[in-house]
Amino acid sequence: MTDVAVIGFAQAPGERHSPATTNGVEMLVPIFGEVFEATGLAKDDIDFWCSGSSDYLAGRAFSFVSAVDAIGAFPPVMESHVEMDGAWALYEAWLKILTGEAEIALAYGFGKSSAGNLRRVLSLQLDPYLLAPLWPDSVSVAALQARAGLEAGVWTQEQMAEVAVRSRADGAGNPKAVRPRSDGSRSAVDLLAEPYVADPLRAHDCAPVTDGAAVVILAAGDRARALAERPAWITGFEHRIDSAALGARDLTTSPSAASAGAAAGAARAQVAELHAPFTHQEIILRNALCLGDEVRISPSGGALAGNPMFAAGLARIGSAATEIMAGRADVALGHATSGPALQQNLICVMEAK
Amino acid sequence: MKHRAAVLGTGQTHHRSKRLDVSIAGLCREAADRALADAGVGIDQIDAVVVGKAPDLFEGVMMPELYLADALGAVGKPMLRVHTAGSVGGATGIVAASLVQSGVHRRVLAVAFEKQSESNAMWALSISPPFSMPVLAGAGGYFAPHIRSYIRRSEAPAHIGAMVAAKDRRNGARNEYAHLRQADMTMEKVLASPMLWDPVRYDETCPSSDGACAVVLGDQAAAEASSQPVAWIRATAMRTEPTMFSGKDHVNPRAGADAAAALWAAAGITSPIDQIDAAEIYVPFSWFEPMWLENLGFAQPGRGWRLTESGATEIGGQIPVNPSGGVLSSNPIGASGLLRFAEAAMQVTGKAGEHQVPGARTALGHAYGGGSQYFSMWVVGDTPG
Repeated sequence: MTDVAVIGFAQAPGERHSPATTNGVEMLVPIFGEVFEATGLAKDDIDFWCSGSSDYLAGRAFSFVSAVDAIGAFPPVMESHVEMDGAWALYEAWLKILTGEAEIALAYGFGKSSAGNLRRVLSLQLDPYLLAPLWPDSVSVAALQARAGLEAGVWTQEQMAEVAVRSRADGAGNPKAVRPRSDGSRSAVDLLAEPYVADPLRAHDCAPVTDGAAVVILAAGDRARALAERPAWITGFEHRIDSAALGARDLTTSPSAASAGAAAGAARAQVAELHAPFTHQEIILRNALCLGDEVRISPSGGALAGNPMFAAGLARIGSAATEIMAGRADVALGHATSGPALQQNLICVMEAK
Repeated sequence: MKHRAAVLGTGQTHHRSKRLDVSIAGLCREAADRALADAGVGIDQIDAVVVGKAPDLFEGVMMPELYLADALGAVGKPMLRVHTAGSVGGATGIVAASLVQSGVHRRVLAVAFEKQSESNAMWALSISPPFSMPVLAGAGGYFAPHIRSYIRRSEAPAHIGAMVAAKDRRNGARNEYAHLRQADMTMEKVLASPMLWDPVRYDETCPSSDGACAVVLGDQAAAEASSQPVAWIRATAMRTEPTMFSGKDHVNPRAGADAAAALWAAAGITSPIDQIDAAEIYVPFSWFEPMWLENLGFAQPGRGWRLTESGATEIGGQIPVNPSGGVLSSNPIGASGLLRFAEAAMQVTGKAGEHQVPGARTALGHAYGGGSQYFSMWVVGDTPG
């Protein structure tokens, strides 16, 4: 199998209310420029482009069509799109390199989550006949999951708050994190004194509604070695999906993350960027991926420091790759999730060689 | 290194304006079950599932593949959701092919669908997003000026579109799954139907359909283990260009021409009209047959209509186009591209029944989408090539 590595990553600053339009162009053009400058590549060097976004988030059909304007796609380009987080666009780009049809591929994701009422929009991901008509919103679904874990003794509210404390401190050091959510001054005791948003979730348990975008460039073999001093070589890239029936699965575990993680070699990671939009979901993921206390979790602050829909998973992979490219780790893991209550999970394990 | 991939089986639903007898999951499962049965493959032998459909607003379900995971046997497996506008069915087939050609998976199920009766596609297309040109009432109004431009540039006689529509509707009558089956359709009847978007008449327009299509793809070992004839994927191609820009040629878009050139080169085809035995081309409005014949290189620019007028695109002609009846006979939008790809596979495996092109060994599947800006296509053959 062809060796493929991440050689470039850029992300837009996470914003609570971006003035950008929902088609992503204003957020994408600057980060395309940033990643091209850092890698020395240009538009014409990209053999394959793939994006991830959502029409429902934008409130219009074919929202990704306008995003192509950010590329400057003439002469025409080889390009595709997934209605998923950009992490899955990266997966499709990885496939394209493995087939030999591309040597350098660029994946991007974007989302203006503030364009509508996000937790209500995400209700429409549920079974359209039996569940969505009841309009259970995404925060309430996550609260049911958090409650299930508390009742089962899998986690405590204190442990959930500790996840938030660490994330907020790490986010304070990340210039792309959403402000003012990211600050290291508050303790778990302080946070637990706050009111519930959706019992048992408090504000600190929930990722902020975030507008943003991310871009990752992949390159094959010698091209990667020539373009980066320390490429982040992909050694495991797996994803799985669980049942959509919330009542038919144990919400305190994540079989899809466990299966994908085992296949990708997740347990070897020294650092893991986890896409956990709720504090208890980080605990579920650490358990599913067999990540011990010695593993550094989400040094970027993770999704709790900024969760641009359809870009946050890709940004986790880019952030994990950065740990390798910067020489801070030899084995790093990026994770992306999609759907209600961690239904779908993707694991990308990267290594220095 | 690219691994070989083949279509092991295909399946589709009976396409109708309203499939009120099934849910979205039931519709998809109907196509998937037929594809699995055709391939002789159990759902437990499938390694990954790829789902394609056009905008989620067409049904009012956000990312319906999440809900479809159970019905499509994807729980515990990888699942991908593709969306490349009207070309999505084709792109779904190509992404599924990539999963095999990359060496990652052995057998992959691809399913594409649209259940237009759940919502109203025309009005889902008719919102006015800021800084974008509105499509107004549906796709016909968007494309009619491009067709008028084609007629002016090519000096085509006015009846060519009606010829295409009559042929495709008659072909549809030979296809048991087609939405519109009009065995007695004639050019004169088409010309007598009401004008919708000049020069596109009512009978020159695709229907709104509920429907799904599925294909099972396999690697070389899976293909060789099959007891059924398989369609080998000789080449795939995708190209994209912006919707609007200075110099855009809506009549003969460069993205389509570039994709075709790449496709023919990868498939080792030097003269498409001589080497392709059947072509399933995405023709939602009649005049797109001669336009795409030129864009794909079957005819020189300005001469596509002469192929149509000569009868060359009929079953039994030099280059049969849309023997299945095409998009003009069934248009479950998200599935329409995969239907073209699947019908191409059916032709080279001799499984096209009443609409079989005799002796077809090499066939084209084609789809386009957006403002004539997304193109996906594949060539399949009865040998690996």
